[in-house]
Amino acid sequence: MLSGTVVVAASFAYLLLLFAVAWYGDRRAEQGRSIIANPWTYAMSLAVYCTAWTYFGSVGRAASGGVWFLPIYLGPTLAMSLSWLVLLKMIRISRTYRITSIADFIASRYGKSHLLGGLVTIIAVVGMVPYIALQLKAISSGYSVLTGSDDSGVFPFAASSWFNDGTLYVALTLALFTVLFGARHLDAAERHEGMVAAIAFESVVKLLAFLVIGGFVTWGVYEGFGDIFARAFANPELAPLLSLKTASSAGYGGWFALTLLAMLSVIFLPRQFQVTVVENVNEQHLRRAVWLFPGYLLLINIFVLPIALGGLLYFGRGTVDPDTFVLSLPLAHGERALALLAFIGGLSAATGMVIVETIAVSTMVCNDLVMPLLLSTERFKRSDHPDLTGLLLGIRRGAIVVVLLLGYLYFRLAGEAYALVSIGLISFAAVAQFAPAMLGGMYWRGGTREGAFAGLLAGFVVWAYTLMLPSVAKSGWLDRSFLDNGLFGLEYLQPEQLFGLAGLDSISHALFWSLTANIACYVLVSLARVPTGQEATQATLFVDVFSRGQDAPATFWRGSAQVQDLQPLVARFLGAERARRMFESYARERGLARIDELKPDAGLVQFAETQLAGAIGSASARVMVSSVVQEEPLGLDEVMDILDEASQVRAYSRELEEKSQALEEATAELRAANERLKELDRLKDDFMSSVTHELRTPLTSIRAFSEMLLDDPEIDLKDRMRFLGIIVSETERLTRLVNQVLDMAKIESGHAEWHNTDIDMRELVGHAVETTEQLFRDRGAVLELDLPDQAPHLRADHDRVLQVLLNLISNAAKFVPDDAGVARVRLSCEAGQLRVDVSDNGPGIAPGQLGVIFEKFRQGGDEHSRPQGTGLGLPISRQIVEHFGGRLWVQSRAGEGATFSFVLPLSPEAGDGPDHAMT
Amino acid sequence: MAKKILIADDEQNIVISLEFLMKREGYEVSVANDGDEAARRIRAEKPDLVLLDVMMPKKSGFEVCQEVKSNPELQSVRILMLTAKGRDTEVAKGLALGADAYMTKPFSTKELVERVRSMLAER
Repeated sequence: MLSGTVVVAASFAYLLLLFAVAWYGDRRAEQGRSIIANPWTYAMSLAVYCTAWTYFGSVGRAASGGVWFLPIYLGPTLAMSLSWLVLLKMIRISRTYRITSIADFIASRYGKSHLLGGLVTIIAVVGMVPYIALQLKAISSGYSVLTGSDDSGVFPFAASSWFNDGTLYVALTLALFTVLFGARHLDAAERHEGMVAAIAFESVVKLLAFLVIGGFVTWGVYEGFGDIFARAFANPELAPLLSLKTASSAGYGGWFALTLLAMLSVIFLPRQFQVTVVENVNEQHLRRAVWLFPGYLLLINIFVLPIALGGLLYFGRGTVDPDTFVLSLPLAHGERALALLAFIGGLSAATGMVIVETIAVSTMVCNDLVMPLLLSTERFKRSDHPDLTGLLLGIRRGAIVVVLLLGYLYFRLAGEAYALVSIGLISFAAVAQFAPAMLGGMYWRGGTREGAFAGLLAGFVVWAYTLMLPSVAKSGWLDRSFLDNGLFGLEYLQPEQLFGLAGLDSISHALFWSLTANIACYVLVSLARVPTGQEATQATLFVDVFSRGQDAPATFWRGSAQVQDLQPLVARFLGAERARRMFESYARERGLARIDELKPDAGLVQFAETQLAGAIGSASARVMVSSVVQEEPLGLDEVMDILDEASQVRAYSRELEEKSQALEEATAELRAANERLKELDRLKDDFMSSVTHELRTPLTSIRAFSEMLLDDPEIDLKDRMRFLGIIVSETERLTRLVNQVLDMAKIESGHAEWHNTDIDMRELVGHAVETTEQLFRDRGAVLELDLPDQAPHLRADHDRVLQVLLNLISNAAKFVPDDAGVARVRLSCEAGQLRVDVSDNGPGIAPGQLGVIFEKFRQGGDEHSRPQGTGLGLPISRQIVEHFGGRLWVQSRAGEGATFSFVLPLSPEAGDGPDHAMT
Repeated sequence: MAKKILIADDEQNIVISLEFLMKREGYEVSVANDGDEAARRIRAEKPDLVLLDVMMPKKSGFEVCQEVKSNPELQSVRILMLTAKGRDTEVAKGLALGADAYMTKPFSTKELVERVRSMLAER
């Protein structure tokens, strides 16, 4: 056991640390260097979902129901996987319209109704106060377990008189903390950076503490997971806990109901709304939180079963309350420091929940209960209170203290009545009542104020009758007889078997009936009346929040206003200095230098109202704004007209967008086409330049020698003959060049004539070799021929194929070495094609040249060995071969000769192309 | 003393004609068949004038011209560029690189001889 002083000192030290974290968070926020503006902090703050109920209660639940504790965590995981659908929209709506609580959300959606906001607030208070009491009870009973008795120690918890009760001081300390960091100043966005930092910190602490205890039980007390589970299996009392079948008497229905309940809770619990939506800094953080938060839940649940089983194995059933296993197991093993750590973890879980829940609920109480009441008094409406910020803060703070004291009161009255887990689920079922009005409001335009009100009221009443009252009765403050016999003795009104529905656990039963009544009333009453203009406006703003710009709401207002009226109004609730800054920045955004230049148009009225809504709720803001401006209410028809117009404008702009996109695409295509043309132009220029060069070179020789011969009759006969020989050969070169250029141009332009016949390649190759043999003989070289016994006929242009063969063979003749030259021509049949290889033992082709020899006017060889070619033979040959659907390529290594090969398909696809001619 | 002329061209027939023309004028003639050889011979023989073809293997006439003109030892070498590419840009490029004169192929033998004579007389 630990002494009370140690526990209290440790607790206060921890709370001081929390103060420090929150203070640091606030200071950084003021300096503009937020520490919470990252997805990790955001995800950790979401883990405020795990309260003391998780921390202590899950173990208790597992000890009695095995894996039956899991739906509470499966629900949130499922809900997060749908977050892009629901949460993102909630965040966007709330940010756009400065919504700061669930009550405000619902009130604003259904025409800024005070009545709805009030009802939601009451449901939230009634639902949450027991939940807060539960956290206080957790701290109190944790303290008792740790110190070993109920009334020893410095601060006797749960003592007989309230002023001696340590729990009261815990509640007051938490109230102080919450006031300091939740209601220190007014913020139009109702955001509390320091508090969020502290909450994220607490989430880390409780997770670490739970993991440490889990690790201690699993590996310190026992020998790992396997050991614990094996022992539990061996124990006939515990074995059933490990099977899904007996884990829940409620069956699949129970699992479904509980999972659904947890799904709704993680979205609609006031504290979850606060951290998920109101405190959200950046929508992008949600993307990371979608897996971080479920990951957190997974971690904190890993050791639930081991601790529960370990405790049951160690203590046996019925001796120690399983809810306290987290504390009692370390204590029983003399690990007092560990037990203290476990207590701090539990304290973290409890305080985190209490702080956020209280802030959320107090915002609702202030904006949706107290403000409307104040505003309804005439005295208040008059502007004789120039600055109401102090009053507003006072109300907030008062609400915080009251909510916490209510929690304490409930704890004093009912503290011993139920196991921790039941209160949690009852609260969950209460907030589930918000779901139809919230979800319907975000996705259905038809919902009306009366519909939402009827649904909420019906759901709330059924919830109270089927869950709240029975639990009160079971605590002994009410006559139990109505539980068994039904109200007024009517059996079908039995609260836990309404209309004879039996076989469900009480939570599933209550959830089924309350949601059925809620949804039915919401839908039916909504359908009974066409939405008013105001409702239709808000419905459109909420449902279409993603497709509308921020300025859209302004179009739904008609009237006249004065800047001189609006600014003081905002100043009354937010302070003069802050209001001036807000209006100034609004003016700057519109490119105006001073506030005086602002036009008092619909946009400005909307701006002022939105700023006010953040501080006093949207319904109150509406009332206040309408008190200083002259406005004409819009009828439904007019709203519909505006909507039609807006949707037409949107359709036009979409059309315009599409057209401009099409135009852009067309421009891009034109640009690409232009680029291609330019490229072709450049190629043509290059070609012309090359042709010019190739023509001028022989012309140069011809002209030079001709002039020399003409000018100088003295040249001797030998030189004369030599020069004339050169002139003749250069003329031949010129002729060849002109022919080939024309040939090339014809093939390239598709004007060549192709006279296709069946050709016998054996005969053709033989003919080509005969024609060129003289060339080789002149150079003292050998030409070898390798023909197959027979080869199939081929349909192609005889002369063109011969042209290719002659080109390749004469190239070989030019390059073979003098006297030792060997060239070889080989014809072979391959699958579906004929192949010709022409190889020589010449100098070969350098690797860098392999690619370029097929380009026009690029010749192989160096200046000495370069033959008298035109540089067009190979490009033309390749064009011809490819025309018949074949390929022409070369293989060579420098110094080892070269092999030019081509294949022609036996059934050419291209050979009969459109440019083939008559035959 | 006879002036020295280097003929740098990769077309054998053009070399033959130029060699004949220059020798008939009484100049001392040597021949280079590519850009590398031309640069080498200019450095070694310091000719009075080079007939320099632009399109040569290994090193273009432009590069050879640039090399010569950036070498102070070769200040006295005149360069007459010959090209079969008749574009204005080619002429401009050659002159910008420091060529002393420029002629396009096919050239008039008389004009060429005149130009060589006048370039050698300038000094």
